[in-house]
Amino acid sequence: MPDQLHRLTLHAASDGLRSGQFSSVELTQSLLDRIQAVDGRIGAYLTVTPDIALEQASAADQRLAAGDNCPLLGLPIALKDVLTTAGVETTCASRILQGFIPPYDATAVTRLKRAGAVTLGKTNMDEFAMGSSNEHSAYKPVRNPWDLDKVPGGSSGGSAAAVAADECLAALGSDTGGSVRQPAALCGCVGLKPTYGRISRFGLIAFASSLDQIGVLTKDVTDAALLLGALAGHDPRDSTSAEEPVPDYAGELNRDIGGLRIGVAPEYFGEGLDPQVGDSVRAAINDLRDLGATEREVSLPHTEYALPTYYVIAPSEASANLARYNGVKYGLSDPQATDVDEMMARIRGRGFGSEVKRRIMIGTFALSSGYYDAYYVRAQKVRTLIKSDFETAFRDVDVIAAPVVPAPAFDLGAKLDDPVAMYQSDIMTLPASLAGLPCLSIPCGFVDGLPVGLQLIAPPFAESRLLQTARAYERDRGPLPTPTKAIDSQ
Amino acid sequence: MSIDRSQVDHAADLARLELSDDERERLRGELGQILQAFEALNTLDTKHIPPTAQVIPLGNVERDDRVADSLPLDAVLHNAPRVEDGQIRVPPVLDES
Repeated sequence: MPDQLHRLTLHAASDGLRSGQFSSVELTQSLLDRIQAVDGRIGAYLTVTPDIALEQASAADQRLAAGDNCPLLGLPIALKDVLTTAGVETTCASRILQGFIPPYDATAVTRLKRAGAVTLGKTNMDEFAMGSSNEHSAYKPVRNPWDLDKVPGGSSGGSAAAVAADECLAALGSDTGGSVRQPAALCGCVGLKPTYGRISRFGLIAFASSLDQIGVLTKDVTDAALLLGALAGHDPRDSTSAEEPVPDYAGELNRDIGGLRIGVAPEYFGEGLDPQVGDSVRAAINDLRDLGATEREVSLPHTEYALPTYYVIAPSEASANLARYNGVKYGLSDPQATDVDEMMARIRGRGFGSEVKRRIMIGTFALSSGYYDAYYVRAQKVRTLIKSDFETAFRDVDVIAAPVVPAPAFDLGAKLDDPVAMYQSDIMTLPASLAGLPCLSIPCGFVDGLPVGLQLIAPPFAESRLLQTARAYERDRGPLPTPTKAIDSQ
Repeated sequence: MSIDRSQVDHAADLARLELSDDERERLRGELGQILQAFEALNTLDTKHIPPTAQVIPLGNVERDDRVADSLPLDAVLHNAPRVEDGQIRVPPVLDES
C-alpha cells in the first residue's frame, strides 16, 4: 500500500481504490490520522466523525468489491458546518446553534452520500458564513497551512485549509460574496462557485438567500468537475434550484481552448491590487493565450460599486434570515424565561458574535422605515447595473479573467478591528456573486511564499467552459508545491 | 454619515438584540463608518433602473397538493428546549390583562 494516501486527489484515490491498491478504510484511516496529527495547529475542523467515516468506508469497500462504479465511492470529503447533517452537530460556528442536531441531511450531503462519498466531519468557518478571515468563528480561528500566523481567508476557511493541509481529499463550502474563491486563493486550492441555483440549497443554513450558493474546494480542476457533477441538478425541495440539464463536466473537461475569447477588465487591475499579485495573474492570462485563447479588453464600469451594494443587500437578507434564532425551536435556550421578547433578545445577544451582530444591525437599519428606499432599493438597482455590465461583456468574450483577492493572506488579527478594511478583501469576488455567475479560483503562483489565485468568471450555467479553461491552464502550469513542509516545520 | 445612539437603540429593538452599552457605543461608530461607505451608491443615477431582487428568471413555483412523508415529530422537536404534548412551549405571547 502506498503511504501518504491523504495527499491524493479524488480522482487518483478513486483509481487506487478501483485497482485494489488500497481500501477505502485504509484511505479514510490515513486522513483521520492526518487530522489527528495536524489539526491541533490548523483548526480546520469543528467536528470530526471517525466512526461514521469508517463505517461508510467499510460499506464502500464492499460495494467496490461488488464492482459498483458510483463516482465518489469510498472517497473522504469534509463538509462546511453550514450544511445540515442528520445526527451530527451543526453549529455554523455560532454559539447560538451549539448542540443543534439536525433531523435531516442537506440535499448536497444526501447527493454526496448517494455517490458513495465518505464524510469526515464538519469544517470550521466564520460564524454564519460572515467573514473573510475565519477569525469570526465562535469556537476557534483557522490558520493558513502555508504560514500559521496568517489567515486562511473566509468564510469557508476551514474547508480550504483542510484541503490544503491534506486533512480531506476535497470539501464542500458555501459562497455568498466570495467565501469559496477567496479562501481557495489564500490557501492554494481550487475553489468553484457554480451559477446561482445550480446546486440545491436545501439544508444550507441561509445567510443571504439571493446570493448563497454551495461550492467545492479541491486539489485540482478534475476533482472540482467530479464533485460538481455529483451535486448539480434540480431538487424539488429547493424551488430556486435550476431545472437546467447537468452536463458531463468530467467527461467534457479536456476540450481544447483554442479560439476561446478571454475578457480582461481594467477595473480589476487598478489601485489597491498588490503589483506582484497582478503580475502573477497577468502571467496566467498569457499562458492561456499561449494555449490558443485570445485576449480582449472588456469594461465592467460598475465594479467599484459592488462593495457597498453587497454590504447593503447581504446584511439586509441576513437580518431577516437570522430572525429564526431566538431560543424557541433549537440552539441556545433559556427555559426559565417569563417574557418572550426579553427571552429572544437575551438569547440573541448572548448567542451571536460581534460580526453577526454588526451585520444584523446594518441590515435592520437598511430595511427600517425611512431608509429602505435610500439603501436597500438603491442597492438592488445598482445590482442591476453590475449584472448588465457582465451581460454586455459576455457578448464579446467567453470567460473573464481577474485576480481573486487584491493581496495574499494577511496576518491573523490585522483587520479584526476594522470592518471596512476586512470587507475590502472581498472586492474582486463580490461582482460575480451579485450577478449570480459561475466562477472559480485556481492557484497561479506565489507572492512572498503565499499562494495567489486566478479568478475565472463565465456566463450563467457555463460551468463546463469554466472548468475546461481552468483545466487547460492547470495542465500547462504543471503541479505546484504543497504546504506539507510548511506545516511540518511550524 | 453619523449615527446617534437612539438610532442604534431603535435598530437593536427591531432586531430583538440585547446589546451592552459598550457594544452600542462601538456599533454607533462602526455603523456610521459603514453607512459612509454606502454613500458611493448615491453618486449613480438609478431613477430609471429596475431593482434586481434575484438573478434567475423565476416565477412562482408550484407543486401538486399531495400528501407526502414528513419528518417524524420527535426528530423535529428533539432540539427544542421545552416540549409539551408534541408542541413547543414558550413564555406567554399575549398579554392576559
